[in-house]
Parts: sequence; structure tokens; C-alpha cells
Amino acid sequence: MTLLAATSAEVAVAFIEIGAIAIGLSFLALAAGRVGVSAVPLYLIAGLAFGEGGIIDVTVAEGFVATTAEIGVLLLLLSMGLEYSTDELRSGMRSGALPGIVDAIANAGPGVAVGYILGWSTPAAILLGGITWVSSSGIVSKVLSDLGRMGNRETPAVLNLLVFEDLAMAVYLPVAAALVVGGSPGDTAATVAIALVAVAVIIGLGLRFGDTLSRSLSIGSDETLLLAVFGLTLVVAGLAQQLQVSAAIGAFLVGLALSGEVQHRAAELIGPLRDLSAAVFFVFFSFRINPADLVPVLVPAIILAAVTSATKFGTGWYAARRLGVGTRGRWRAATVLIARGEFAIVVAALGASLVEGPEIAALGAAYVLITDVVGPVATKFADRGRRSPMTVDPLAR
Amino acid sequence: MAEIRETQLPGVGVRHEFTTDSGQALGVISHRGGRKEILIYDRDDPDACSGVVHLTEGDTRTLSELLGASQVTHSLAAVEQHIEGLAIDWIPIAAGSTFDGRSIADGMFRTRTGVSVVAVVRDADTVAAPRPDFVFSAGDTAVCVGTDEGLSDVRALLTG
Repeated sequence: MTLLAATSAEVAVAFIEIGAIAIGLSFLALAAGRVGVSAVPLYLIAGLAFGEGGIIDVTVAEGFVATTAEIGVLLLLLSMGLEYSTDELRSGMRSGALPGIVDAIANAGPGVAVGYILGWSTPAAILLGGITWVSSSGIVSKVLSDLGRMGNRETPAVLNLLVFEDLAMAVYLPVAAALVVGGSPGDTAATVAIALVAVAVIIGLGLRFGDTLSRSLSIGSDETLLLAVFGLTLVVAGLAQQLQVSAAIGAFLVGLALSGEVQHRAAELIGPLRDLSAAVFFVFFSFRINPADLVPVLVPAIILAAVTSATKFGTGWYAARRLGVGTRGRWRAATVLIARGEFAIVVAALGASLVEGPEIAALGAAYVLITDVVGPVATKFADRGRRSPMTVDPLAR
Repeated sequence: MAEIRETQLPGVGVRHEFTTDSGQALGVISHRGGRKEILIYDRDDPDACSGVVHLTEGDTRTLSELLGASQVTHSLAAVEQHIEGLAIDWIPIAAGSTFDGRSIADGMFRTRTGVSVVAVVRDADTVAAPRPDFVFSAGDTAVCVGTDEGLSDVRALLTG
């Protein structure tokens, strides 16, 4: 641990820096809660403001912050995997497959195209496709529950699409990671093949031994379970990383493998840890973006946001229509999906080692920020003319 | 009973919905953790909700008690809390039971087993504290209070 090895003066500085960042983020999270928006875009803005040449210089704590950010991604993906039970995955796959494929082509396509137009290499263009493809499950489900839409008839269409996207990421992320590593076409093909086999093996093991694993984990106390799940996630992610398969996807698959009571308990226990480290991840991601880099990517980001908001709108419209939902419901489903978020940032972070790395990060951040404003605003607008449901929620304060 | 439709909500839980006799669509979301939401669908925009009520597990129990259970259950539950070792049983009088058409007094339950018949549920009505001359008929449910042992004896008598 760099932090422990540092002199006490450095440790003191590190504590104060990390603490100051955390306190700043708590205010942002509070503000986000008040306004009713996701905290992710605010974290990104905070990172931009405090980053290169910013107000706080975090050179001492950087090692620690970087590791926490990495763990943040893993926990983010772990809790996404924990969201779904095997039954839900099956039903989501069945009813979400066709819209899911339409979604992939319509939304990843423009990203890849813009990447090539910008003169980027194939791996970079494919990463940009990933950034524009996947809607933010976090933002979408927050908006759905804030606007009292969980019970609406178009909501299953939206949720099934999210399941499909999250699962598609289990294949996309390792492939993209392999492409980024690069090398000769033969090497790349081999890495991609290893990645896919590794994912298949982890999924297979998860399906075969998931129940046994869940049962053996369920006997311990909360503390035991937290440590076991946390450790398992890091080990699987580390092994996946060694095979050049993205570590994030290892964590996602651990989440999928857990089922039943352990799944719910683990989700609750991991929640606070994830919130903390994921916040660090988002801030740290935009930390390394020089705000000056945002200027040249602003126009492409706006064009990309406009095009992919339209294609996402079409996807949502189509998915809702398939369920026989009326026009107003189609508007709601179409607009709620526009927001991109955590996966887009995870994908953008993958490209850090590429030549286009800084550009991908800047474009990704700008793009996510735009869609995170446009999406929730557009979907509130889709509710115009009707009052949002009279909601009685004893838990909401 | 109205047709109940079930929809999986991945990552959230399950939604059940039905349409009431008066044409109002109602739904319930059962969240994973046990929370529930009652959904009242909008008549103008049938895909959206005009009202949503969030219930904790405790609220759900309270509401189902209000909707489904009779006063008798409520007061008996209170009695049961006070007296240890006292059990309650709901014993149906099936068609063909020897007690179809016979009175409570005929059974001499208290004398034989120490069990009291404290109520009889007939269709939607509840006859609380029935008199000894109350005559059972097939389809009734006798609400009996006594020891576990006594209750199983009465069950054997009533269903025999």
C-alpha cells in the first residue's frame, strides 16, 4: 500500500485531500437528490473542475484514489449483475432480444461511424460505439421510480431492453478490451477468442455452481458474506484481467452467478461500498480530462448526442409499440432511454491506453453529460399535459 | 374472479394486474425486498398510473387484514395473544359430514374435548358466539378454540 508506506506528513495530506473530495461529493449527491437527477453527471463535472490544474492537487493520494476507482468499477458491475435473477434474465432475453438487436445496431452504429469520421482507429471507433449504445440502467430506473412509472405498461419494454444491454455488455466489454490490447490481426483474434471462451466458462460455472455457491455463502453473518463476495469479486476480476478479459465483466458475472436470498443480501451489503467507490471512479475518470480537451470534441459530442438521442428514441418507441402500448406510453419509453451513464464511462475508461485515449475520455464525458441532461428533461416533458401520479410513499422524506 | 395478469419486471420484481368489475384497472408491484406498490391505472391513459401507493411489509399485512379477514379473526387473534396454549382452528363441514344438519349441542364438543365453537362462517356471513342449538350445514366453517389435542379430536368428529 502506497498510502501506508508514505510518511506521516504525506498520509495527513492524503487524508485531508480524500476527505475534502468526499465532503464535496456529499454536497453534490445532496443537490442531485434535491433536484431529482442522478449524481453521475455532477461527479463528472466535479472531476473536471478539480482535475488538471484544478483547485485541489491530489498527487499524494493518487495511487490510493486510482485503486479505489478501479474497485468502484468492479462493485458497480457486481451490483448490476446482482440486479437480475436467472428467471428474469431468461424472460428479458426472450421478450427483449429483437428490440435489443435493433437497439444495438441503431445506437452503436452512429458511434462507430463518427469514430471513423474523426479518423480514429478501429478499436477507438468500436469503443465510441459502445459509449453511444448502452442506456444508463441507474439513471433510467431512478427516473422511472421518481416519476412513479414503475407500474406503467411501457415499463417492462424499457426494463427488458436494459437487461439485454447489460447482458450484451458481458460480450462487448471483453471483446473491446481485447481489441484495445491490439497487436497483429492474428494476436487480436486470439485474444478475442480467449476472452469469449473465458466469458463462456465463467457463465457456465456460474449457472452450474451458482446455487451451490449461493447456499454455501448464505450460512455466514453479514460480515462474512460481505467479505466473501467482495473477495470473490476481486479474485474473479483479477483472473479475468490476467486473461486480457476486462476485469469489470468478471465482477458482473459474479453478480449474475449469485442467486436467491444471498443475492438480495449481497446487493444490500455492497450498496454503500459501491456508492462510495463508484463516486470515486466517476470523479477520477473526469479528473484526468483536461477541460481544454473538451472544446474540440464539443461539436462531435453534440452531433453524436442529437443523432443517438433520435435513434434511442426510435428504439424505445418500437419496443413499447411491440407491447401494444399507446402513443403517450411510447413517448415515455422512447425518451426515458436517452440517458447514457455508467457503462458509457466504463467503456470510455477502457480506451485510456489508446492513442485516442484523451479524446475518447473527453468525448465520452461530454456526450454523457449532454444525454444525462437531455434524457431526463425530455422524459419529464413527455409527461406534460398529465399530472404525475398522486404518489403516497411513506419512505420518501 | 377477474383474470390476473403477471409481468416480470427485471431488476425490480413482479407486477400483477386485474380489472375490477367497475372497469378500473388495478395493479400491484411486489418488489424483491418485500415492499409493494399499489397501482391505480389512469382511465384516460391506460398505460400510465394515476395513483401509486407504496407499502412496507407491515403495511401490506395491515391492508390485507382489512381487505380479507373478518372481525372474528381479529378478535380471536387478540385472545390468542393473551392465553398461552390456546389454539384456534378453522374446521370445514364438508358435504356428507355426519354433522351436516346436526346442532352444536349434538356434538357435545365441550364435554368431550374441552373445545368451544366460538363462531361459524357461513358464506360471507359470520355467526359469532353461536348458541348450542345452532344447526350446521355443509359448507360451513366452524371456528374452534381449545388445546391442540382437543382441536384435532373435534376435527376428526366434524369431518368424520
